[in-house]
Amino acid sequence: MTKNGRWLWLGFALIAVTLLLLPFALQQVGTAWVRIANLALLYVLLALGLNIVVGFAGLLDLGYIAFYAVGAYVYALLASPQFGLHLPFWAILPIGAAVAALFGVMLGAPTLKLRGDYLAIVTLGFGEIVRIFLNNLSQPVNITRGPQGITGIDPVRIGGVDFSRSDNLLGVVVSGPMKYYYLLLLVMLLIIVVNVRLQNSRIGRAWEAIREDETAARAMGIDTTSIKLLAFALGASFGGVAGGMFAAIQGFISPESFVLVESVMVVSMVVLGGMGNIPGVILGAVLLSFVPEILRWTVEPAQQALFGRMIVEPEVIRMLIFGLALVLVMLFRPAGLLPSAVRKRELTHERIP
Amino acid sequence: MDIFVQQLVNGLTLGAVYAIVALGYTMVYGIIQLINFAHGEVVMIGAMVAFTVINALAAAGMPPLLVVLVGTACAIPVCMLCAYTMERFAYRPLRGAPRLAPLISAIGVSIILQHLAMLIWSRNVMAFPQIIPLTTYSFFGASITGVQIAILLLCFAIMTGLALLVYRTRLGTAMRATAQNPQVARLMGVDVNRVIAATFVIGAALAAVAGVMVGTYYGVAQYTMGSVLGLKAFAAAVLGGIGNIPGAMVGGLLLGVVEALGAGYIGDLTDLCRYGLGPEASCADGGHFVLFGSNYQDVFAFLVLILVLVFRPSGLLGERVGDRA
Repeated sequence: MTKNGRWLWLGFALIAVTLLLLPFALQQVGTAWVRIANLALLYVLLALGLNIVVGFAGLLDLGYIAFYAVGAYVYALLASPQFGLHLPFWAILPIGAAVAALFGVMLGAPTLKLRGDYLAIVTLGFGEIVRIFLNNLSQPVNITRGPQGITGIDPVRIGGVDFSRSDNLLGVVVSGPMKYYYLLLLVMLLIIVVNVRLQNSRIGRAWEAIREDETAARAMGIDTTSIKLLAFALGASFGGVAGGMFAAIQGFISPESFVLVESVMVVSMVVLGGMGNIPGVILGAVLLSFVPEILRWTVEPAQQALFGRMIVEPEVIRMLIFGLALVLVMLFRPAGLLPSAVRKRELTHERIP
Repeated sequence: MDIFVQQLVNGLTLGAVYAIVALGYTMVYGIIQLINFAHGEVVMIGAMVAFTVINALAAAGMPPLLVVLVGTACAIPVCMLCAYTMERFAYRPLRGAPRLAPLISAIGVSIILQHLAMLIWSRNVMAFPQIIPLTTYSFFGASITGVQIAILLLCFAIMTGLALLVYRTRLGTAMRATAQNPQVARLMGVDVNRVIAATFVIGAALAAVAGVMVGTYYGVAQYTMGSVLGLKAFAAAVLGGIGNIPGAMVGGLLLGVVEALGAGYIGDLTDLCRYGLGPEASCADGGHFVLFGSNYQDVFAFLVLILVLVFRPSGLLGERVGDRA
């Protein structure tokens, strides 16, 4: 093993230990922080899924949250009092992923001819359509309960372990959110492995080729249609898995959680971190999901101290930072904070004056 | 039949507003192939500024028409400044970069504008003061309000003015030259940067007017009003053929009509009881079993957008191909 390799393994080990111990540290600060960490992990899952579509295949999808919504609603409908169905977690997750993938193909198939910015707008429209349907499918047959959302969704139960309750494990108290944390961590690891394997596979290279030059890719014998559809379907299925987890963790979902801003947020994470680069995307997702919480803990007290009341809501500052980050990243670091080597070359190529 | 004419009138009014917003998209797209995602937010800023001025002046008791005119006159320069600033700082440095870069930057600008507006005007809905007397005229069995007539007339005036500007003036010639080939236009002595900035600014002035119109028509303005309106106007621009000025006008009017008629009839058309398919319990005594009601109105614009892009990406009047790399 080379010296570099050894340092790399040391780094990995350090990260692994940190990730494993993190919930215990957060629990000391407050359970709320464990929940925030869970949300951050969910965003990492989403960002990794979107990265397949945007980062690998170069198809800008502004309606990605629709797949998250589909996964969440599939879980909610199959495991809640709404229809009286209570399927187990492990059975629903693949169904959610499959349904989301189907939606991905439904979106992908008619829009494959479009490139770049047109595709972005169509996907945005698709996301809105899904949300409008979720909002209105309470009549004439009540499927989604409309804007009220679905409540009482079953928590995850695997074997005899109920993820919504705390347990005493070998003298250590493990709370519900902490269990979800480890479950999410596991899913994230799985998805990272799948992503890395995909990126270095024939399919991954085909996506890259399409991203660089579709015509050339086709000339090289790549079946661009099915490869692009595959990107949509895979990206969507990851979104569906994340959605299912979200529904299980929250116990309540409504169309409110799947608005356009959420799509934009996931896109921001991917873009900020570095499109196409897995560590970059994870960094982007973690950064942007902790920003609002950090703001909540700093901006509010600061304003209270300075002006005696809240003048600017942290939510607004968060969105302003998102917007500014998108513009500034595009202006000064178009390949993101941790750019992938190929993207970097691609995005900083000579500009026409 | 009355409902048909009524929805047609309503659709044309809304369509006229879409058309004016669509012009802003299409002019910018025509010249630099950028989807100015933030254009809808400029419309919103226009409406908000105008409403602020109008509310202040209406309280002072000035004549209604003058109030609206002054409000619009204040909104136009603010929107122009917004558009110039974003073009200068968020888009110009990215000219020539891969196409996704300016689009993402534009999404950022639209988020910034929306939340700045929220900071300035709060989350609350701003109401239009009741200063314009609600006169209605009857028209082939439908009723049309004074505001609607004003919107329609103004739209046609604006479209004519814009057509004259683009096809009859030096600036218009420079714009068309830049749209065809910026490098050659520059060699011919056209100040390309100035022309592009001018395009943005003109689009923003139109957006301001559209903002006042849509605000007056609905009677309310809010910081979120821009995004959906912007998307629909973009759909209208694509429907007509993006980059094509007459196309934006036709697309806007058509989309407005499709939306109004769709919203008016979808409930009836998807009422399963009409076809004898609905469940007995709901259909008894002339009951209804409506699959999709008029609350699906917003879906039409997106459906039209997707259908046009799939089957005729160049739009109704466009010569440009949508999937040009």
